[in-house]
Amino acid sequence: MKAIVNVFLKNGVLDSQGKAVQHALSGHGFGTVSDVRVGKQIIIEMNESDATSAKAKVAQMCEDLLANTVIEDYQIEIQA
Amino acid sequence: MKTKVGIIQFPGTNCEYDTQNAFQALGCETFILWHKEDTLPQGIDLLVVAGGFSYGDYLRSGAIAKMSPIMKAVKSYADKGGKVLGICNGFQVLTECGLLPGALKRNEGLHFISRHHHLKVVTTNNTFLQKCTVNDVVNIPIAHHDGNFYIDAHGLKNLYANDQVLLHYTDETGNISNPNGSVDSIAGICNLSKNVFGLMPHPERAMEALLGSDDGCRMLEGFLSA
Repeated sequence: MKAIVNVFLKNGVLDSQGKAVQHALSGHGFGTVSDVRVGKQIIIEMNESDATSAKAKVAQMCEDLLANTVIEDYQIEIQA
Repeated sequence: MKTKVGIIQFPGTNCEYDTQNAFQALGCETFILWHKEDTLPQGIDLLVVAGGFSYGDYLRSGAIAKMSPIMKAVKSYADKGGKVLGICNGFQVLTECGLLPGALKRNEGLHFISRHHHLKVVTTNNTFLQKCTVNDVVNIPIAHHDGNFYIDAHGLKNLYANDQVLLHYTDETGNISNPNGSVDSIAGICNLSKNVFGLMPHPERAMEALLGSDDGCRMLEGFLSA
């Protein structure tokens, strides 16, 4: 079973990297870009058969280590 | 009696010997403590989580270090009122493990900043800055990529209400000058019980006037036994 974790800065926490990328894209003629958020993706292979249990474990990993919930939100997708 | 200072070393820590040198110059007995240890030497008066790049700053600065065996001992030491000082990466580790509030984000300008910077002392009502005076401006090196202190509005209000904001980034005359986007130009804070301290600047690198500044002496001297 595979877990895909996306970690992004919370809304309201300034994403300086996202802003820099947005400015670069706008400066390269992509004038329709109105916002960019830069985050990270963590892909975890697990020896689990139950998606609910796997998701609960990954959520605990996020709380303990993978995300800093003071400034970041996370989303978990479980793939068979 | 010599003050006993334990200095924590993770893979990637690189300020442990500067810190050792600084506290030895102040007459302290020092111990470098490898992160795999799960107990602390007897009778430690101060634990320093030294600067550097623990675990290469992988995932987030300080995030992996907080999982090291010694951190359980550090938490239990702090919970019993033991004094802990986190400098630079040490500050990041202490926010990551919850001993200090807030978080350190990437610098607003995205650059690594390495230069001397002035700081203004906000409060001296704590062990760390007791030898300084309020509104004192000190000249201390900064060297960080993730020094942009963040805390939400409610948390910020609490920090000020409880006298936990230690230092502001300023210019040499004491006017706010924010190098990295930190909320309210905050360079250092302490916990509610005033026994855990964290700052991004490096007082241990400001111990010799010949090398640019000795203002770090009167900061670190606060930890010496009376």
